[in-house]
Amino acid sequence: MFRPHRSLTALPAGAVAIAAILLVSGCSGSSPTPQGSPSINFGSQASTTPGMPGHSAAGPTTVTPVDTASPTVAPAAVSGPAVSITNFAFTPATLTVPVGATVTWTNRDEEPHVIAANDGSFHSPGLGTNSTYSFTFPTAGSFDYICSIHPFMHGTVVVTK
Amino acid sequence: MTEERDPHTMTRRQLMRHSAWFGAAVVLTVAGGEVLSHVAGLAGTAGAAAPAARPALRFAQISDSHIGFTGTANANVTDTFTEAINQVNGLGYQPDFVIHTGDLTHLATPDQFDQVKQMMTGLNTPHIFTVPGEHDSIDDGGQKYRQAFGAGTRGDGWYSFDTAGVHVIGLVNTLNMTKLGHLGTDQLDFIQKDVAPLSSDTPIVVFSHIPLFAMYPDWGWGTDDATQALSYLRRFSSVTCLNGHVHQLFTKTEGNITFHSGTTTAYPLPHPGDGPAPKPLTLPAGKLHDALGIREVTYTKGQQALALKEQTLA
Repeated sequence: MFRPHRSLTALPAGAVAIAAILLVSGCSGSSPTPQGSPSINFGSQASTTPGMPGHSAAGPTTVTPVDTASPTVAPAAVSGPAVSITNFAFTPATLTVPVGATVTWTNRDEEPHVIAANDGSFHSPGLGTNSTYSFTFPTAGSFDYICSIHPFMHGTVVVTK
Repeated sequence: MTEERDPHTMTRRQLMRHSAWFGAAVVLTVAGGEVLSHVAGLAGTAGAAAPAARPALRFAQISDSHIGFTGTANANVTDTFTEAINQVNGLGYQPDFVIHTGDLTHLATPDQFDQVKQMMTGLNTPHIFTVPGEHDSIDDGGQKYRQAFGAGTRGDGWYSFDTAGVHVIGLVNTLNMTKLGHLGTDQLDFIQKDVAPLSSDTPIVVFSHIPLFAMYPDWGWGTDDATQALSYLRRFSSVTCLNGHVHQLFTKTEGNITFHSGTTTAYPLPHPGDGPAPKPLTLPAGKLHDALGIREVTYTKGQQALALKEQTLA
């Protein structure tokens, strides 16, 4: 079912090759099309156009990479009930705590994750690698949550009286 | 199902190649090693038609730059994105536009949006389009993304335009997800109305971050309401859907609709189902660039299918 696409790149010689021959050898009766870019028409859409101009429209710019690499933060020691995020899974998937407990999630993946309660009662910011998020459960109940950017990840916190 | 090679195409291709070789010296002088891979589709009457000097439309796709990522899978995503930009600028022609199919940033912070935007102004093209990835809409429903890239768009950031006879639609399928990518009723309405006036022979190009086909739903690699969107597009003779998200090349054809997942400029992900999760793959030293790349897309009038050419990062 899954087939690498790379083989498609070995695609055929064709019209461009022919075009090149005809153009260069002067055999073509047709005149070359203008070399300018085709215009882009946004129809009746907003007065501003989507997207942004590139270099050729904005004048020369130099790409200056900004080094924003932040040092890897070692996870702080977590005391109290904890959920670890590893390999796109919450461990434990179901955690039982008493009312008033503070649960701390630690993201141990290289991918960011976001903790989001299905009922909206808690929602973390984006958690980078080794970032933590804590929430104190004021009421009893069963709280299902997902990772809002990987919504196939599921977890539950059961809060008992 | 994936594309099957048509033996007749092969025959014609060989014939074309033979024809090309007839003037080989000229071809090689003009086009170097590029010629053999430049034209993907020989549908229609391309072989017989008077060829144009320049395709009607040619653009480049870059994707999944993940600016802000730190990890072993790529020690410096800024460097590899810069290399990708330079590679687009070195194509030998100026692309009519460049599309970034999302996950511009890793964590959707204002700094990361500023940085990726500033870097992309170095692209040598009149116009740059984007669609958001889920990393760009991580915690705010895409607000910061739209602040940076949403000018002139509709709804939550979708848009369309016409260029060189091609109708192009940019979609947002990373919001309100419950398991898979999601378009939502407003956007579905937009698509339906947007394409309604178009004649069925208008080539359609669709950009989205998450695939519009079920590439691997267990990892969220699909869009739950894509079938509805595609139902509005089935009457068109040529629909080309380009996505990112999966960090690897993959192509699938359904009738007149062809889906092409593009690769990334940051780090590879496993093949579908290979391992427990779609987590960044750390390749052996020296192998990363082979997994990263850019894509060229050209449309030549008279040819039904758009031609794609993949380039790994040099």
